[in-house]
Formats: sequence, C-alpha cells, structure tokens
Amino acid sequence: MNENRNVKIRVRNLSKVFGSHPKKGLELRDQGLTRAEIHDKTGQTLGLSHIDFDVYEGELLVIMGLSGSGKSTLIRCLNRLIEPTEGEIIIDDEDIPKLDDKALLECRRRHFSMVFQNFALFPHRTVQQNAEFGLEIRGVDKAERAEIARKALKQVGLDGWEDSYPNQLSGGMQQRVGLARALANDATVLLMDEAFSALDPLIRGDMQQELQELQSRMQKTTVFITHDLDEALNIADRIILLKDGEIVQIGTPEQILTHPADDYVKRFVEGVDMSKILTAEHAMRKVRAIAREDDGPRTTLRKMSENNLDSIYVTRRDRTLQGLLEVDAAERAAKQGADTIREFMTQDFRKVGPQEPLHNLFAMFSEKGFPIAVVDDSERLLGVVVKGAVLDQLAQAADPEATVTDTDTAAAGGA
Amino acid sequence: MAIEIPSIPLGDWIEGGLEWLTSEYSIVTRAISRVTQTGIDGLNDALMWLPEWGLLAIIVGLCWWVANLRLGIGAAAGLALIWNLGLWEPMIETLTLVVIATLVAVVIALPVGIAAALSERLYRMIMPVLDFMQTMPAFVYLIPAIPFFGIGSVSAIFATVIFSMPPAIRFTTLGIRQVPGELIEAADAYGATRRQKLFKVQLPLSLPTVMAGINQTIMLALSMVVIAAMIGADGLGSEVWRAIQRLRPGDGFEAGIAVVILAMLLDRLTQSLRKQRKS
Repeated sequence: MNENRNVKIRVRNLSKVFGSHPKKGLELRDQGLTRAEIHDKTGQTLGLSHIDFDVYEGELLVIMGLSGSGKSTLIRCLNRLIEPTEGEIIIDDEDIPKLDDKALLECRRRHFSMVFQNFALFPHRTVQQNAEFGLEIRGVDKAERAEIARKALKQVGLDGWEDSYPNQLSGGMQQRVGLARALANDATVLLMDEAFSALDPLIRGDMQQELQELQSRMQKTTVFITHDLDEALNIADRIILLKDGEIVQIGTPEQILTHPADDYVKRFVEGVDMSKILTAEHAMRKVRAIAREDDGPRTTLRKMSENNLDSIYVTRRDRTLQGLLEVDAAERAAKQGADTIREFMTQDFRKVGPQEPLHNLFAMFSEKGFPIAVVDDSERLLGVVVKGAVLDQLAQAADPEATVTDTDTAAAGGA
Repeated sequence: MAIEIPSIPLGDWIEGGLEWLTSEYSIVTRAISRVTQTGIDGLNDALMWLPEWGLLAIIVGLCWWVANLRLGIGAAAGLALIWNLGLWEPMIETLTLVVIATLVAVVIALPVGIAAALSERLYRMIMPVLDFMQTMPAFVYLIPAIPFFGIGSVSAIFATVIFSMPPAIRFTTLGIRQVPGELIEAADAYGATRRQKLFKVQLPLSLPTVMAGINQTIMLALSMVVIAAMIGADGLGSEVWRAIQRLRPGDGFEAGIAVVILAMLLDRLTQSLRKQRKS
C-alpha cells in the first residue's frame, strides 16, 4: 500500500478551544473535566484535544467523524484557517502554528490546496479563471498559469468548459472545477473538506473513483474529511476516527472494520456491508502445489495425492497460469501413456484479480467447487480462494472479537 | 413656582466651533473652494459648449448603449421637452453639480466603506455618524456651508456631498460584508494577501451592491442640489426658488418636471449599469 512512509505532516498534541479564554479551557481539561463540564463552567468549547497523528507522503488519509466531532476544525487547523490553541503541526520542518503572517501565506501557497464542501467557487470568475486562482495569487505569469489551469481542467474532464461561469454548471461539475483549482495549484498537500458530501450519490461514487485514480497516478498527499464511513472505507489508505474532538482510532479500513477500538467505532462499523469491503486478496491462500505443463501425468498424480487435491493449477516456470488439471483427466492421461499433461488441461475455471470484492466470488464457484484462481495483471498465479475461506472471512469480519487472519495463516487452515 | 432650568447652550457651542473652524482653516476652505469652483465651471462650460442637439444625441446614444433603445427614446423625448421649455441651461447646471457632488462623495465613500467593512471597530464608530448625517434635516447643512465657502455652488456641493454620501458608504460596507464566508476562506486557503482578497474577491463580488449605493447617492445628490438653490446654487432649483418668490406655480412645475426627467434618466442609467455588471 504505502511503500513510501516518509512523514509529510506531523501533528502533535494539537488542541483547539473556542471562546474568549482558551487557556482556561485547557487548564480545566488537564484537571480532568469533560467537554460538557468545561462548557458549562466557562462557556469555552473544547473543539479538539490532544490530537496526535502523522500524514505520510503520498497517502490518502481520511478523517472521519460525525458532525461536531471536530473534523472540520482539525482540517482548518492544518492550514490555520482556524488558529490552534496549542500543539505542533510540522510540515517539512516548519511548525505551522509558529509561523508569522508572511511565512503563513508562503506556507499556504506552497503546501496547501483546499477543496470545499460547497465548492466555494468564485461566481464572478470563469471556470478557467477559477482554476487559475491559486497560481494568480502566487504571481505565476499569465500564459503559464493559463496553460497549467487548462491541463488541470482536462484532468478532471472539463475541457471545453473553460469560458463558462460556475453557475452554468451542475454540482458535480462545479466540484470538478474546485478540484481543478486545487490540482492546478500543485501544492504538496490536498485538503478536501467534505468535498463530495453535497453531491448526489451516483455522482459521488464517480468522483470517489476519479479521486482514487488521480491520487494513485499523482501520489498527492491528501487529507480528506467525511462523515460517511462508506466513503471513508472506499477511498482511504488510512482512516482517523474522531469523536468529541479526540481521536478514537487510527488504522487502515480493514483494521477499523475488523478491530474496532471501542463500542463507538463498532456501532459505526455495524452498518457496513463487509463483503463489499473485503477482497479476494483477504480470502486468498498460497497454492500448496502446482504442476508444470510439461510434467508427466504420473508425477502430477503423485503431487495431487500427496497434497490431497482433486484438481491442480498448471503454470509456466514464471507462474503464468496455463490451465487446470482435474484428477480424472490426469488418470486418463496416465492410462493413455501421454508424455505430458498439456493436452488434458481444462480452461473451465474462474480467475479474478486480488482486488475483486468478496461478494462477487460467491457466484463464481462452479458445481465441482474448484478453487478460484487469483492472478495479477500479467496472469501470474498469486493464490487460490476456496469456498470455505470466503465464508470464513465474512464470519470473522462480522465478529470483531476474532483475530485478523492474514493470507498465510489462512492457507494453513484450508482444505 | 416654576423651577428655572438653564437651557444648555448647545447652539452657542456649535456656532463657536464653526466660527473657530472658519477662521483657523480659512486657507483650507478657500483652497477647496477654488478647486471645486474650477471643476464646476470647467464641466459646465464643456457641457454648454456642445450644441443642445449634440449633447442630446450623446446622452441618447449612451442610454441606448448602456441600457436599451426604449430608454434612449425616453431620454430623447424628456430632454427635448426640457430644451423646448427653455430650461436647458439650468438643467446642465444642475447636472454638473450632481456629477461633481457624486464624484466627490464616491471618492470619499468607497475607501471609508471598505475600511468599515474590514474593521469592526471602525464600523461601530462610523454607523452612528452616518445615521446623524442622514437624519439631520438637509437644510441645516446649508447654514455652515456659507461661512465656509460663501454663497454659491461650492457651498451647494459641500452640503450635497455630506447629505448624499451615507448610502454609498453603507452599501459598500454591506456589499463587502455580504461576500460569503466560504469564498473568503477559499481565498485565505490559497494564501491570498489582504489586498489580493480585496481586489480579486471582495470588491468584484460587492460591485452590484456598491452600484446600488452609488445610485442612491446620485438620487440624494439631485434632491439636495435643488434645495441648495436657497444658498445660491444655480440650476433647476433656482428656477423653482424664483417661481416660489414670484408665486408662479406654472414656472415652478415646469422646472420641477425637468428635475423629475433628469432624476429618472440618471436613475435608469445607473441601474442598468448595475444590471449589466451583474449578468
């Protein structure tokens, strides 16, 4: 997932108190008072408290929480649209809360592009001029910024709309403009504040997919805020769950699903359809034995009986999948005295990529119950999925008490 | 027995203050007076130098270009009537006063309005002053204008600027404050300086509202310029004033109708300017 684990933004002990006497609020918190008690006593609202996390270079980090959880405050503290009360936010060795006004402007220009929930496009500017905004602010010259903005608009599929005004566009298209404005700016971090929440579900799904594609292509460090767990699970490399201004859990989508940190997360997770989240990779196990196509039938039969298999996948030396050999076909080959098993393979089996959602796999198991082959892009055999493993995975996911089963241990337990 | 409460000599204080201002700053007031008078004469001469039909054609063309043919036709009819009534020269004099007073008012009002929009403290200081300026009966401004600038057009401009400026300030402030917070946030997020934010986001977006304020200023200026005839301002107002003194209602209404025509023309013209900006 993230081979590159350089930390881009390091957030330590970040807190935010809204009100006239923020320090007082922090004092009371340190004395152990709850959010509600602090508010009752002093009128100060504890927005964020003791937030620690890292954003890795190139990852898509989703901050998730319900309204009032502090997620909007958190994303705005990163670029100081909201002033943090205490804590460190280090980006490339700069501590953002300590920057003076001029350095802050410079930091925002270099590091942050932002996409907003209600698009926040400038109605008096054309699509093109909106996309150019960040560059214009930085003083990039006219011809250059026009070129960059055109490219960004093309990237989000808006070529041909340059001279329209935002109010002539649909919601989905407006948010594409918002995205183009952010991409054109080429800042090091993309901040997305509930960027897709105002869109209708179909458009939203499309945008999520496009964001993922863009993100995997450009490896842009992205912090994405949402209140929607499905959205978070769909796009995130990692998720931070926020509740009442505090982090409840940080983890990959699978970790959040299979190991909810507490009842709050568990309740959240209960609404999610597991089979859509888990993929073939999760249920896959290593192949215990494979045959080569120039193996003789007797060798192959021995392999199968040693491993207690009634069918075996046949590959080349580089593990490129060639076919499947059933035990009765192998016996037939042996009887006929064939030199190799090449002529006796069948193509009557199913193969899928590692990212295939588990729920698609149910329908694929044939009557004979051959394991499904999992292959990579160049048809190399990565592993197999047997019917029992799929059910196993789903059962485990539904029961968070169970331990995570990675591919290796699953392989040991299978048929 | 009635208790005698001595009345506060508020009027004396104000008079004392004004007298002091007049004597201390006579150099300033005289300089202002000279510059303004030159401006008035220059514009007036320029407008009068054109033949009536020439200026009429220019105004009609402007109406057609900025708004539509209908306003052009209306302008032609209205101006032709004024010409026919023999009120062309006073109309030009009034127009000159309105244009100059509006220019001065807008030049002062825009920066003040912007500053009040951006600073909460200034906003709180300025709003009561504006209330004062607007609700004080317009005639009262005429009185101190005379010791400052003498009888005539400059005093008229002075009183008119004070009377007509508040809406331009108010609408400018309102327009800038109405810019949605998320757009300000967007500008901030991309690292805009205060100046960039003002010129690239706040001012362009508040322009329709600012234009509405300027329209109001023009209307108020026109009404004040007419009243200023009482302190010797030339124009349609002095025609009305003369008609009152001679008890000639016919002449009074003729001049009054000319004022109405001029008002409608200025109003429609600035309004369509505003709409054009909006679309």
